[in-house]
Amino acid sequence: MINEALVLSAIIFVIGTFGVLVRRNAIIMFLCIELQLNAVNVAFVAFANLYGIEGQIFVFFVMTVAAAEAAVGLAIIISIFRHYETVDVGSFNLLKW
Amino acid sequence: MELDFSRSLHYWWALLPEIVLCLWGMGVLIAGVSKRYRLAGEDATGDPTLSGSADLGWLALFGVFSAAFANGWLYGVREVGSAGMIAVDPFRLFANWVLLLGAALTILISFAYVHRQRLQAGEFYGLILLATAGMMFMVAGRDLIVIFLGLEVMSVAVYALTAFNRRDRRSAEAGLKYFLLGAFATGFLLYGIALVYGATGSTNVATIGAVVTGGTATPGLLSIGIALITIGFGFKVAAVPFHMWTPDVYEGAPAPVTAFMSAAVKAAAFVAFMRVFVVAFEGAVDVWYPIVWWLAALTMVAANLMALVQSNVKRMLAYSSIAHAGYLLVAMTAANETAAAGLLFYLLVYTLMNTGAFAVVISVAHQSEERLQVEDYAGFGWAQPMLGVALTILLLSLAGFPGTGGFMGKIFLLQGAADAELWVLSVILVLSTVASYWYYLRIAWFMWMKNPSSERQHAHVVAPLPLQFALIACVALILYTGIFPGTALEFARASVQGLGTLGDTGGGFAP
Repeated sequence: MINEALVLSAIIFVIGTFGVLVRRNAIIMFLCIELQLNAVNVAFVAFANLYGIEGQIFVFFVMTVAAAEAAVGLAIIISIFRHYETVDVGSFNLLKW
Repeated sequence: MELDFSRSLHYWWALLPEIVLCLWGMGVLIAGVSKRYRLAGEDATGDPTLSGSADLGWLALFGVFSAAFANGWLYGVREVGSAGMIAVDPFRLFANWVLLLGAALTILISFAYVHRQRLQAGEFYGLILLATAGMMFMVAGRDLIVIFLGLEVMSVAVYALTAFNRRDRRSAEAGLKYFLLGAFATGFLLYGIALVYGATGSTNVATIGAVVTGGTATPGLLSIGIALITIGFGFKVAAVPFHMWTPDVYEGAPAPVTAFMSAAVKAAAFVAFMRVFVVAFEGAVDVWYPIVWWLAALTMVAANLMALVQSNVKRMLAYSSIAHAGYLLVAMTAANETAAAGLLFYLLVYTLMNTGAFAVVISVAHQSEERLQVEDYAGFGWAQPMLGVALTILLLSLAGFPGTGGFMGKIFLLQGAADAELWVLSVILVLSTVASYWYYLRIAWFMWMKNPSSERQHAHVVAPLPLQFALIACVALILYTGIFPGTALEFARASVQGLGTLGDTGGGFAP
């Protein structure tokens, strides 16, 4: 059971990583990062099955932090949308991307 | 006083500096929304040290001092019994001094900037305090959960600070870039932590160390986990090839925030990096030694080469900060006590010289961060002798000129590298330092040897009293640590004593 869970977590993580690297829409990139974090959660829960409660506690911290990050991240995306009226990172050109 | 972590009340005492700082941070935030300060932020005339926004700055500075007081008090505390999730060792306390110093200097150089850019002072200073509290959690963590939480408290606050100047497009762009890449790196760090947890069955740094040394960890999971954690930390300390965000973010962020990021954020990340790798992964040194070796070599060479061609001073200082991360990675590779003491010493002088250099950059940039090119410094030394001499000394220290703290720091890093017989890295360090003389001294040359393009070029340089004070303190301490390095070095040496052995197993839920 644990191997299947770990393979699932690895697949989700890779999808998230590729998403961040390939997509150019800031919100989609952010969603892919959330996907990565949830892959981590799956891995933690799987390992907690072996080692006890500590891994599950970690999952709660990860979820809380992801929520805090979402709040700040979406605020930043809104503030840049006000300047450019787009969230496509390819069209932000003052700094080299 | 004795701390026994089996009693949860004692965690409050162990975290006193962080708690004090959090409370002050929230206090400054609340004071900042009161009507008086909101209106004060809208009026960008008058003396920056007397306006309403300055009150909040002084309040935040006072918070930093009370946290420093609590930090000093912790020296009288002794741990008994099993090690908990929080380290109360001199290593952490020394790192706290560096972080608090960085925060205090940042606040001092921000007064004029916050005033003339009409930033919301309460939020700005509050976020600086909360970010510092996050860093202090990070360096105090003896459990990967605490290190991760500290890292995120720090990062989320710094994301917001980077994008703080909402009227400036570059600031918003830098904030978005830092946020996306920072969160991306956090994903790698977390996956690494999950795999290390899977390999060893614990998140406690000391327990992981015992399991890894004992050889009972699952090797495959552990190696991948360590590699992913290295990527995560590599992003935070801006090591090549994970540095792509650094120049853009440092260029776009408000200048005091750039100073804060390049000094304090880097210091916190390095101290946590050191603790995790030296204590937890000591038994797996074969896995991470080649990775960190190549990171150090690549970072030093690539950053110095790219810095050579920069014409924007803020961007040049960003590459210089990447190069300094490379020098510090040499100490990580050496991973002995001499190198750890050298790392602490170097973080201290680096915080001083980099924040000082940014103080002058803030003064020259004047109104809206436009005057940032090297040409804008032409003749600056003769027009503003005090700032000119200070910047020259700080640049010489960044380059590592004898007689300055930067030189002594490099000597101690080399000493640690020599103890670990890292001859190739030592040679790269020396050669890249020589190459770095060119871009540091180019600014000094423009300042003293070139004529300004117009008579009025330096007429608008603003250097209010707090900024001057911070600058003088930086220069004085740089010269002091350069000429009499003994005191600070002894302090750093005493602070790393027993780092590798401290924290006997027993915390966490080991199998």
